[in-house]
Amino acid sequence: MKTPIYFDYSATTPVDPRVAKKMCDCLTLEGTFGNPASRSHQYGWDAEKLVDEARKNVADLVNADPKEIVFTSGATESDNLAIKGVAHFYHKQGKHIITCKTEHKAVLDTCRNLEREGFEVTYLDPEPNGLIDLKKLEAAMRDDTILVSIMHVNNEIGVIQDIDAIGELTRSRKILFHVDAAQSAGKVAIDLEKSKVDLMSFSAHKIYGPKGIGALYVRRKPRVRLEAQMHGGGHERGMRSGTLAVHQIVGMGEAFRYAKEEMATENERIRMLRDRLLNGLKDIEETYINGDMQRRIPHNLNISFNFVEGESLMMALKDLAVSSGSACTSASLEPSYVLRALGRSDELAHSSIRFTLGRFSTEQEVDFAIKQIRNNIDKLRELSPLWEMFKDGIDLNSIEWAAH
Amino acid sequence: MAYSNKVIDHYENPRNVGSMDKEDLHVGTGMVGAPACGDVMRLQIKVNDAGVIEDAKFKTYGCGSAIASSSLLTEWVKGKTLDEASKIKNSEIAAELELPPVKIHCSVLAEDAIKAAIDDFKSKGQKKSA
Repeated sequence: MKTPIYFDYSATTPVDPRVAKKMCDCLTLEGTFGNPASRSHQYGWDAEKLVDEARKNVADLVNADPKEIVFTSGATESDNLAIKGVAHFYHKQGKHIITCKTEHKAVLDTCRNLEREGFEVTYLDPEPNGLIDLKKLEAAMRDDTILVSIMHVNNEIGVIQDIDAIGELTRSRKILFHVDAAQSAGKVAIDLEKSKVDLMSFSAHKIYGPKGIGALYVRRKPRVRLEAQMHGGGHERGMRSGTLAVHQIVGMGEAFRYAKEEMATENERIRMLRDRLLNGLKDIEETYINGDMQRRIPHNLNISFNFVEGESLMMALKDLAVSSGSACTSASLEPSYVLRALGRSDELAHSSIRFTLGRFSTEQEVDFAIKQIRNNIDKLRELSPLWEMFKDGIDLNSIEWAAH
Repeated sequence: MAYSNKVIDHYENPRNVGSMDKEDLHVGTGMVGAPACGDVMRLQIKVNDAGVIEDAKFKTYGCGSAIASSSLLTEWVKGKTLDEASKIKNSEIAAELELPPVKIHCSVLAEDAIKAAIDDFKSKGQKKSA
């Protein structure tokens, strides 16, 4: 067993070796290295053919038309293109946007930036389980609302928003609906013929494709217009200029093709592993699961071990590659804004660990992790004055702490 | 973030973990930080009649650097007079543990903890003589 064991599949995934092989065939003189925009020779035609295949593979996973797929550098760029592109194109119809406090920073920061340009943004509070109350969403809609942007699956807690229901609401109000699907593609079934989603962001590296490539789905019927954010040679139907990175696109296409083929069986296997991990941990005293357990991808377990600070636990778990909502792991020194938006106390946010499992996770790895965690929770609680006070029956909220 | 070997050593083998009776007149307790901020440090010192710190214990909720800062502090204060101990500077702790800038607050907390423990001990003495 190779250590540290990788339990951070929501941060990124290794490229599937089958995908890497295909990508390598698109780089050298012997391979398909041509520029798909070269219309005058075989090299260009061959590259274009591979891009077309990849575009179809991406579209097929989500039941879309290949013409609706625009390749970008990743989900961050797709989010930017969708939100700014819509805002700048439709600003005469209204300047109000609705999103949620638990969105990825690629959405939140883009919205903040639009606020500086004079747009107005409503940031919805999720319910304590991480899900959005549709009534609150509906209540936030106004006549000048042009866009709702809600992620499909949350990156920290793995909860799945009901994008079908949200799509019904937005469509009936003629509001455009953007979904960040970076964490859901390949994990949750998506059918864009049925779902009334207008724009959807994808990333390749979350599902065993390469980093540096993503896509934006832009609906054709009813047609969604965007103002391009990257200008140049008019690639991707004018929505995103720049020479197509054939090897990256081929990698993304392959990754999405395997995802479609293997998703059902893979999800069941991963669910079994995740439940094994949960069962090995849930009887530890003062342990809290963050986010809804039912409407959640099988890959994610986000758990707070009260009275143990997340970074010190991660330091103890040096044989496990996990992530934490602890402030000490972020540059900003703020604990996870996602957990705080759920109404979790700062203490529990500081004490959270996110495990995300994936294609190469094994039962043996999960069992090893359970043992490591249990031993170290005990050790760190012995060190924790808060644990001692809790055991002595002292209410920690009754103490006047000197915030620093 | 990579930790210095000294931080890892204190974290893996923390010195002087434990509790003392905080009602004991020879014991001074300093608890600083806040759970909401992600660190709480409790330092206890046992002072003899000559005003020398005979023993020190700590418990810390916080990151590895906070645990290491308090562990190191217990080593340093033992055998020192109250006056000497109160002169320990956070910069000395940070330098010894090679803390990166983002972790300096951990050493500040340790300095606050020894000052608070000394104040607590002294306030008990005043009550006793009063």
